[in-house]
Amino acid sequence: MRKLTGILLLLSLFSACKFNGDKKTLPILGNRQPVTKTVNGQQVTDTVYQTIPEFKFVNQYGDSVGSKNLQNDIYVTDFFFTTCPSICPTMQRNMLAVYKAYKDTADVKIISFTIDPKHDTPPVLKKYADNLGISGNSWWMINGDRDSVYQLANSYLVGVKADSSTPGGYMHDGYFVLIDKNKHIRGTYDGTDTKQVDQLIADIKTLKAEPTAK
Amino acid sequence: MKIIIISGICLLMMALIYSCESDSTIEFKRYYSSGAVVYQQHCQNCHGSSGEGLAALIPPLNDSTYLKVNKNSLPCIIQNGLKSPIKISGRVFSGNMPASGLTPIEITQVITYVGNSFGNKLGIVSDDDVGVEMAKCNSPL
Repeated sequence: MRKLTGILLLLSLFSACKFNGDKKTLPILGNRQPVTKTVNGQQVTDTVYQTIPEFKFVNQYGDSVGSKNLQNDIYVTDFFFTTCPSICPTMQRNMLAVYKAYKDTADVKIISFTIDPKHDTPPVLKKYADNLGISGNSWWMINGDRDSVYQLANSYLVGVKADSSTPGGYMHDGYFVLIDKNKHIRGTYDGTDTKQVDQLIADIKTLKAEPTAK
Repeated sequence: MKIIIISGICLLMMALIYSCESDSTIEFKRYYSSGAVVYQQHCQNCHGSSGEGLAALIPPLNDSTYLKVNKNSLPCIIQNGLKSPIKISGRVFSGNMPASGLTPIEITQVITYVGNSFGNKLGIVSDDDVGVEMAKCNSPL
């Protein structure tokens, strides 16, 4: 009898753990640095997480937009180009699912950077967006200076480069990157994998429920 | 002893089942399953796992009328790609389709697969039919 009580007690402990685990928070990804400062005469060590640097480019409507417009938004980023014959159609098909889930949510956006800005001018991006069936301001297709965009991709932990041996001329990762309102990277997802994209859609909800410390 | 008899009966039944299927049915199944693999590797990224296409960017393959009416031009489209706009169930698609780089037999296989999936019912597509059409293709652009 005593044994049974013990087992029951253990079981209840386990279920208690599980219950607490439901309320999960997303990790902060990227580089981190400990910073020691003196506050009120005491040494305090804090962790400073990598943030997405400021940027300012042009969207598919020809409007000048950038990180300043995203200060109060959670957003998902990917890198693509409109003439991409390989993974992009699959990525955009999956990103459409994210768009459909959050297009009416004011503080959730999608930011797609073209890595072929010479071809993908704002009018080309606008036509592409129209053909994808997206409208409004919840999904921006961004055209920026090539080198700046490539550099920015590194900040998002996404690898891109021009490569003539790849079909279409550019090589890039198919990652979707989730950014919070503090410009921290909170998740990376394989944009060609519907299961991971479903996880992203769920994680945005988790992130939205997080109290924002600004 | 029992096992030998049972396995003997099984073999006999299997032989019976096989002989029921005509040569062309077996050939069709072979092409269809090879075509499914070709489709996954070369076509699915754009046209989707159930031939749904992508919005107004990439045409769907699940419109049974288009494939039926244009059956004869499919081999050349697959071989050389497509640069001119096409109209499918009232919608115009104007993007470029790249040349596939598939061999004639792979093209026959993939037409067999697509032509009999996603609601299409083209039936058997033969190497000969595809060969005749491909001989008439314009050279790749």
